[in-house]
Amino acid sequence: AMLTADDKKIIAQLWEKVAGHQDEFGNEALQRMFTAYPQTKTYFPHFDLQHGSAQIKAHGKKVAAALVEAVNHIDDIAGALSKLSDLHAQKLRVDPVNFKFLGHCFLVVVAIHHPSALTPEVHASLDKFLCAVGTVLTAKYR
Amino acid sequence: MVHWTAEEKQLITGLWGKVNVADCGAEALARLLIVYPWTQRFFSSFGNLSSPTAIIGNPKVRAHGRKVLSSFGEAVKNLDNIKNTYSKLSELHCDKLHVDPENFRVRCVCSLSPSLHSALVQNWGELLPTMLPGLLSVAGGDRVPV
Repeated sequence: AMLTADDKKIIAQLWEKVAGHQDEFGNEALQRMFTAYPQTKTYFPHFDLQHGSAQIKAHGKKVAAALVEAVNHIDDIAGALSKLSDLHAQKLRVDPVNFKFLGHCFLVVVAIHHPSALTPEVHASLDKFLCAVGTVLTAKYR
Repeated sequence: MVHWTAEEKQLITGLWGKVNVADCGAEALARLLIVYPWTQRFFSSFGNLSSPTAIIGNPKVRAHGRKVLSSFGEAVKNLDNIKNTYSKLSELHCDKLHVDPENFRVRCVCSLSPSLHSALVQNWGELLPTMLPGLLSVAGGDRVPV
C-alpha cells in the first residue's frame, strides 16, 4: 500500500529517535537476520559473519544510510534509491523474498530499543515503510 | 521429511518414465532464467544470457538443465531416502554454490514447461501441489548455512 500522510508523519517522528543510532540498528538488524534466517547468509560468502564482525558493522552502516535517504525523501523513495535499485537488479540480484526478512529484523531492533514508541499504529507505518523500501529495491528486477 | 504412500510412489515413478529429461530439463532451466532473471546471478559462467532466445539456445543452459532433471531421476529411484541421496548435492549448493534455498521451492514448479505441467496435472490430480514441492524442497532446501 502507498504511504499515507499519517504514515509519513509517524515515520518522521519515529526517526527522531532512530537518528544517531541508525548504524547500530543496521548492524543489529543484519546480525539478527543472519541468525533468524540463515539462508540469507548465502549472499555473503565473502563476509566474516561471526558476531561482532567489522564487515557486518560496515554493511549495517550502508543499510542504515539507505533507510535515512528513504526517510529524507519519503515522498519519492523510488527516486532517492534509484541507483541502489539498479544495483540490486543488475548486480546483487538478492532474491525478492529476502527483503522482508531484513525489514522485519530492523523493525524488531527498533522495537527492542524503543518499546513504548512502537505502538501498533507506529508498527504498522514502519512496516509499510520498510516494505516500500524493499519494493523499490526489487522494482527493476524484471 | 516427506513420507510417500505406495500409491504415490507408483504415480511418481510411472510419470517419471514419461518425462523427456533432456528436453524438459533444458526448458525448465531456461524458463527459470527468463521468468526470474535474478536467478542468472548463479550462472555468470554460462555465457550469453542476454535474451530469452539466447537463453533457450544456450548449450550450457541446456546441458545444465538436463543435469538437474536427471538428478531428479535419482530421487525418484530413492523416494524413501531422498535426504541421503541428495546429501552431497545439498552441501554443494549451500556451502560452495551459495544458492538461496528459495530457488528450490515453488519456483521450481513454476519453471516447469506447460507441457510437463499439464502431464503432471493430468496424472497426479490433486496430489501435485503436495508431492512435487515436497520432493523439491527435500532435494535442495534441506540444508541451510549454519
